[in-house]
Parts: sequence; C-alpha cells; structure tokens
Amino acid sequence: MATVTPQVAPAATPPAAAKGRPRRPRVWRGAVLVVAALYFLVPLLASFVFTVDDPSEGFTLDAYGQIFSAEGFGRSLLLSLGLGVVTIALVLLLTLPAMIAVRLSAPRLRTVLEVVCTLPLVVPPITFVAGISTVLRWGPDYLASTPFYQTIIAVQNPDFPVVLVLAYVVLALPFVYRSLDAGLGAIDVRTLSEAARNLGASWPHVVFRVIIPNLRSGLASAGFLTLALVLGEFTIAQLLSFQTFPVWIYTISGSQAQVSVAVSVFSLLITWLLLLVLSSAGARQRSGS
Amino acid sequence: MTGNRTRSKGWLAAVPLLAFIALIFGVPLLVLLGGTFTRDGSVSAANLTESLQGAYLTALLGSVKISTVVAVVGAVLGTFLAQAVVTSRFRALREAVLTASGVLANFGGVPLAFAWIATLGNSGVVTQALGLSDHGWNLYNFWGLTLVYLYFSIPLMVLTVVPALDGLKPQWREAAQNNGANTWQFWRWVGIPVLGPTLLGGFVLLFGGSFAAYATAKAMVGGSVPLVTLQIDAALSGNVLIGHENVALALSLDMIVIAGVVMAIYLPLQKRSARWLR
Repeated sequence: MATVTPQVAPAATPPAAAKGRPRRPRVWRGAVLVVAALYFLVPLLASFVFTVDDPSEGFTLDAYGQIFSAEGFGRSLLLSLGLGVVTIALVLLLTLPAMIAVRLSAPRLRTVLEVVCTLPLVVPPITFVAGISTVLRWGPDYLASTPFYQTIIAVQNPDFPVVLVLAYVVLALPFVYRSLDAGLGAIDVRTLSEAARNLGASWPHVVFRVIIPNLRSGLASAGFLTLALVLGEFTIAQLLSFQTFPVWIYTISGSQAQVSVAVSVFSLLITWLLLLVLSSAGARQRSGS
Repeated sequence: MTGNRTRSKGWLAAVPLLAFIALIFGVPLLVLLGGTFTRDGSVSAANLTESLQGAYLTALLGSVKISTVVAVVGAVLGTFLAQAVVTSRFRALREAVLTASGVLANFGGVPLAFAWIATLGNSGVVTQALGLSDHGWNLYNFWGLTLVYLYFSIPLMVLTVVPALDGLKPQWREAAQNNGANTWQFWRWVGIPVLGPTLLGGFVLLFGGSFAAYATAKAMVGGSVPLVTLQIDAALSGNVLIGHENVALALSLDMIVIAGVVMAIYLPLQKRSARWLR
C-alpha cells in the first residue's frame, strides 16, 4: 500500500493539471485569434468600404463598374493572362522531361537540378531585372552586326514581351520544381515507365499516357502557382516598362484612387479563387489515392 | 547496355532546362557582376565603394533593419497564432486559418499597398472613422511599412511552423510531465530545441520576403523610407550622376550577397529539423 500510494499521487496530478490547464490556454488562444482576425479582416473590409462609399452619394458600386470601362484594363489583363499561359507552357516543357529523365536515369544530376532550380529564390527579382535590363541595353552595342540584335529587339515587343516570359520562367522554377518533385515522389515513376516500356509503349506514349495522367495534381499546382506569380508580378514588368495588369493598377492609382483599390480587391478575389481551386484539387487527389 | 542508353537519354532531356537557366539566369548575373566592377570602361571597385556609402548605405541598412524587425515580430506572432490553431479542438478553425494563410501569404505587391492605404492611409476608412490623423498617425513611414509587411509575413510563418508544431509528439510532453517538468521547462528543454531550426528557417523566409519586397514599398511610401530596392529602382531609372549608372548593379550585388548569406544559414537548418519532425 505504502508503495502504491506515491505512484497514485503523481498519476493523479496530471489529470488535475489537465483539468486546470485548458482554461488558461483558452483565454490566450481566444485573445490571439481575436487580435489576428481583426488584423487580417479589417484591411479587407475597409478596402471594400473605401470602394463603395461615396462621400456625396453614400453606398455605390460605381468603382467596380468603372474598372471594366477604365482605359487599358482589358489590354493589360489579357496581356498578363497571355504571359501566364505561355509561361506555364514553357516552364513545364522545360522542367517535366528533365525531371522525369533525371529520376529514371541520372540520379546524380538530381542534386544539381535541385540546387539550380532553387537558386532564383536567393536572387531578389529587382537584382535579376537589373541584370536583364543591362543585357538589353548592352546587347545592341555589342551585337549590332549579328542576328542576336534582331532577337533582342523582338523579345521586347510591347504587344507580347517575350523577355517577360523568359524572366517569369526563371522566377517560377523553384515553385514548379517543388510541386513536380512532390508529385513525382508520390508515384513510382520507374515501375510505371518500365511496365509501359515492357508492354511496347514508346517514350512519348509513356510520358503522355502514363506519367502525366498520374501527375495531374502536381502539374495543376505548378500551373496555378505560376499563374498567380505572373498575374501579381510587378517589379520586372514595371522596370522594363511593360503595361501588365499590376503595372496598370499602379499607373491608374494616381488619377483614380477608388478604382485602383477596387481592382486590388478584385485581383485579391482572383488569387483567392485560384488558390482555393488549387487546394481543393490537392485534397481531391489525396482522398482519391 | 540498356543502362548506358537510358543514361545518355537522361542527360539529353535535362540539357534544354540547364541551357535555358544558364542563358536567361546566368548571363544577366554575369553581366551584373561584370558591370559592378566596371566604370568608364575600365576595371574598378568604385561602384561597389559608392554603393556602401552615404544614402546608398542608409538604404541598405534600412532594408536590413525593416526585414529583421518584420522577421522577428512575424516569427513570434506567427508561432503564437499557429500554436493557438494547432491546440484548438475545432478542425474547421484550423482548416480556415491554414487556407486563409495560404492566400494571404501570397497577397503582396501593389494590391496589398492599396488595401492598406484605403484602410489606414491619410483618407483611409479606419483613419477617418477613428480620427487618427489628429493623433499624428502616419502610415507612410518605417512602422507603417512594417505593419503592412507583417500582413503577408505572419501567414507565411503560420504555414511554416504548423507542420513542426504538429510534429511535437504529445508523448514528449507526457514524458516531460512524468519527469516533473512544468510548462516552461517543457518548452525550454524540449519544445524550443526541436522547433528551433524551423523557427529560424521561418525567420529566414520572412527576412528574404521583406528584403526583396519592392512593389508594396514603391506603391506605398515612394521614397520616404530608405530601402535598397527603391534605390536600385532610382538608379536604374537614370536617377544617378552621369557615368555612375553601374551603381545600380553594385547595389544589386550587395543585395544578392546579403540574401545569399541568410539563405545559406537556412538550408542546413532545414535538414536538421527534418530529422526530428517526421
């Protein structure tokens, strides 16, 4: 008995402590959550109020109507969407074959690929654009007599600046690499491709009919992240003087404050929607497998 | 035989990607490096020296200062918020906070600046409703910018630290309690050491995010807060002495070195925390 009692006593303490504990955390947890909710919701609500509250007329949705008629809205949004689509296509075309091949047959190259694809995270976009604009400025001086000169002029076509696509592919690489790496890690690429090859499938057939269908969620997340990146990218486009969507928002803010805030709310909703689609696609994939 | 053939194919498929990166990413960086050490057509360290003096040095230090403040405050507040969510019994709350964090961590750039200007700017909704202007409130300074940067930094920290908090096994807390440890001792000797690398990793991510931020600052404060990104913008746009254009490149190099050093701390740490949290 005497030996049992001391054992019971400590055993009895944790339940007592557990009973006492939830109250204190609940107070601080509630406080933390309320403060966080205020901090994160007030700017969103205030932006909305700012756009619908007219000093003279009261509530009005005019600012949202004006978005669509504002000069340059359609052109810049289409440009950004177009850049996004081409960037997604190019970045997947470059990374996917490389990553599949490295997984299958050159595992030593994988570390190299990972490091190289992560590097753009270390280089802030503004320093990257400092380099690009210098190349574009120096190019004509040194390459004037070569065909490269025409190329450098062509990539800067303001109707569809290819140079932005090239830069965005670099910026998107770290995110695309991570999404695809996770996707490829979740399936057995080697077994799948060897099975398909043994059954007589050609390599293109293996990639398009076997691997890509199994990689849907990884591809979708890579695509959505890239699209969100391109739709929001300001630094490079502004410093190279191209009128993409974010640059357009910045440009009109001087003359139409309400409209620019309305567009900001609008573009947040677009991003929100994109990411919700992305996370629900991820959840579906998880429950499916 | 087969191995040899597939290996050669593997190389081939990776070549376009590596060539692309070398051309589009490598060449601008090399030109940046070359330009930094060139003035008036001859090799010189004058750009680098100039980039570490006067207004440029102030801007560089200003960027480091705001990034450090945002990273420290964001890491602490983000961890508290994550802990509040992780220990909550409501699954819906957890899902909602994580989804919202995913969205808000990506809410940067120009729209973020305008949302805050509409809220706490001179004619912002909250500023007017509470009459903050009469109390000397001003969003367009160091602390205002800090407040705005925290808006995407805290969610980023929540996303970073929640998996680590999930990985703190209840058995460890029970083991500590059975050995007579109180809450403080548990965190001091078990919780923080295990979370340490993740917390530092989050700090680095937050630092990098604020350090590289340009759009928000450009749209919000213009030039009233000294930041290196705004100085690079000014120098690139020709707002420098004639012949000193390459100072922009030297400033860029300074930034890359700082960001690189901070990142170099992060990568080994990430590996260390991965060992415990699986």
